Amino acid sequence: MNDKPLLQLKGIGKAFPGCIANDDIDLEIAPGEIHALLGENGAGKSTLVKIIYGVLRPDQGTLCWRGDDMTIDNPASARSLGIGMVFQHFSLFESMTTLENVALALPPQDLDELRGRLETTAQDYGLTLHPDRHVYDLSMGERQRIEIVRCLLQNPSLLILDEPTSVLTPQETEVLFATLRQLASEGRSILYISHKLEEVRSLCDRATILRGGKRVDDCNPAEETAQSLAEKMIGRRVESAKGHSGTATSEVRLKVADLSVRSDEPHGTDISDVSFSVHAGEILGIAGIAGNGQTELMNALSGETGAPQAGQIEILETDASRLGPMARRQLGAVFVPEERVGQAAVSDLTLVQNSFLTSAFRMGFVSRGIINWPGVSRYTEEILDKFDVKATGTDALASSLSGGNLQKFIMGREILQGPQLLVVSQPTWGVDAGAAAAIHEKIQQMISAGAGALVISQDLDEIFALSDRIAVISQGRLSAPRPTGEVTTEEVGLLMGASGPTADTDSHVHA
Amino acid sequence: MFTLEARATQSAYASWLSPLLALALTAVTGALIFLAMGKSPGIALYIYFIEPLTSWSGLSEVAVKAGPLILIGMGLSLGFRAGVWNIGAEGQFIAGALLGSAPAVYFFDSTNPLILPCMMLLGILGGMAWAAMPALLKTRFNANEILVSLMLVYVAELLLVHLVQGPWRNPQGWGFPGTRMFPDVALLPMFFPGYRVHLGTLIAVLIPFVAWFVLTRTRFGFQIRVFGSAPLAARHAGIGSSQMVWTTLLVGGGLAGLAGVMEAASTIGQLMPKISPGYGFTAIIVAFLGRLHPVGVLLAGTVIAVTYIGGESAQISAGLPKAVTGLFQGIILFYLLAFDLLTRYRLTRVKTRGNTA
Repeated sequence: MNDKPLLQLKGIGKAFPGCIANDDIDLEIAPGEIHALLGENGAGKSTLVKIIYGVLRPDQGTLCWRGDDMTIDNPASARSLGIGMVFQHFSLFESMTTLENVALALPPQDLDELRGRLETTAQDYGLTLHPDRHVYDLSMGERQRIEIVRCLLQNPSLLILDEPTSVLTPQETEVLFATLRQLASEGRSILYISHKLEEVRSLCDRATILRGGKRVDDCNPAEETAQSLAEKMIGRRVESAKGHSGTATSEVRLKVADLSVRSDEPHGTDISDVSFSVHAGEILGIAGIAGNGQTELMNALSGETGAPQAGQIEILETDASRLGPMARRQLGAVFVPEERVGQAAVSDLTLVQNSFLTSAFRMGFVSRGIINWPGVSRYTEEILDKFDVKATGTDALASSLSGGNLQKFIMGREILQGPQLLVVSQPTWGVDAGAAAAIHEKIQQMISAGAGALVISQDLDEIFALSDRIAVISQGRLSAPRPTGEVTTEEVGLLMGASGPTADTDSHVHA
Repeated sequence: MFTLEARATQSAYASWLSPLLALALTAVTGALIFLAMGKSPGIALYIYFIEPLTSWSGLSEVAVKAGPLILIGMGLSLGFRAGVWNIGAEGQFIAGALLGSAPAVYFFDSTNPLILPCMMLLGILGGMAWAAMPALLKTRFNANEILVSLMLVYVAELLLVHLVQGPWRNPQGWGFPGTRMFPDVALLPMFFPGYRVHLGTLIAVLIPFVAWFVLTRTRFGFQIRVFGSAPLAARHAGIGSSQMVWTTLLVGGGLAGLAGVMEAASTIGQLMPKISPGYGFTAIIVAFLGRLHPVGVLLAGTVIAVTYIGGESAQISAGLPKAVTGLFQGIILFYLLAFDLLTRYRLTRVKTRGNTA
């Protein structure tokens, strides 16, 4: 390694109205280094990266590129310096092919020549790509490869990846890591943004840890333990989740038999022949990569979409297949969908109004069509209190809550209804570690008290930490649930990628 | 180059400021137009906006005109809150007047006082029936309710013309189109001799308070608000979309139909080829000017009623054309929409540097 850092940030500061996103941050990336940027949601990682990539301008501080002070005005000038970035949310056109998407990001050029370069580059780095396949037909892993190859074609010296593994199976993650190591060995630097500690430990040479907008530490992650990294990131000891004391009984809380649902979204995933049951006193976890039918399954279970045939969905041993969401709640079930804003909660209504949204009947807040608002208000106070929701009051708008607080509020609203069955999707997505632990604990308490739960999550750590049994959804099909102690992460990973578009067959091109 | 950029926050205060600013700018624009026409802007504006409010008879006329506007505007605002765009209140108004007048037309010498409540009920049903057509087509075939409800306005107008020229024409009317005059028992009672304020005006003033209660205290009102602002959340909470389309259209149609029959059974006293000076369309302006809020609709209905009465007196005393009324209503809506856009977005300059990110 050479002495002069590739990129050096000195005293970077950036404030937004009401919050200081970056406060006096220093960062140095050496050539050929894989550098982790570690921190919880809201720690200021995204802001810092946007400053490096020219999306935002810093209020204070300097940026040195190869030893020279620079101002980076926009992403185009970042790219011309040799900085490439793969965002967490891909910027691809679904109805266009891989090649067309790559061509769009580059200066105009001959498509056949580009095809050649695309194929060589992909091959050199072990990234399988088919130039003529349409993006909507591709898995998340494949889409990510397009983004990476698109960056590589511009021959970057620094590649920034934002939470790249959140959409990958463990196997795909291994392939990605091999590619990244190869890139580093060629002298390219990588800035790797993540909050997954084990990944950072195995992949990265250095780690800069941010907390509350400040740089709190700079360390060699291989010399740290996951626990010590977590403490630096969160600022205090984290208790690992305790299990629940419930034991699965023979009492069936949710039974799904041969459920098939057609998706109502243009490129959605149809559910086919899904069967499983959830018993009292247990948590069934459903793992899977985003877009494999989780949303469709969730909406079918809550009664929001589709009209399954009689007998396909039983809640507390009553056929609920033809019932609407409120009637299913009356049977004793509550539902927390993945989409918090706009589905689980309405952002321009107050917390009191949002409490009423799903608790109207279960809590008896309506009599002869008239709403008992004082009662709803007391219920809301109870939610804020018991679930430690930070809000200015019960009349605060839902939009004024942070993501983690809103999720705690929604979980509280459902769990305090005293359900016998909880169906939840992505319970801690985008939630900071403290709130995530609190949510997990509340779910465990519910199970200890005799309820059953179905947890759908893309986060394998969460699935393994919570579930008594694990099933995997892929391409709208569900694998047979197996006890958590009897499956490994690798097996689950294989199932996550199974028979999916990840299998590199050309058989269903233009399907 | 300019572009519109969404504002991060928008204050409730701005949403109430924009109708006031719109009215102020309408007055300024009106003054300029009067000036261009060679009239004194001060006198013309006085005749237009102030004079109707300076006499008891002027106030009474404003109230009589405001009644239908408030009733229809209130019904429309419930639908607009839920994102159901009923543009055909004019047709529902006429349909209500038609069905509601049937007892008075067929029992023209009746002395039974029960005929009046019966007519009101039929008026509501007539408006509902007209609104049920877009509701059915929307929920069954996903047909756009804006187009269907609008086109049904013309059907209702032609049906009215057909009836008053044909089957329902007054046999003693020397061939003029129009029904017999309604019997006295079929007319809404008036309160003060010499003034046309009637029971319907009172009902129109009370309806917004009922609507306010419904919106804030009942589950139905809550559903309307959720359905309009977050359809997915509404679905999550078990609020069926066809149920909302049906109920809001029926309520809107029913109130427009009630306004229609009350108009026929009060100031007109019969059915004629034309029974509405565009109430159903003007009520759309009322709903938005009133911010879809019950009290706002009450105030906006009164303001717009002034433009009708002011337009009439401006014709008589200032020799201005009748079109001025429509012009003013159009200018109000124009400014209102412009200010609403600016409370939600900000106008920013785009640098025209080659910045193709």
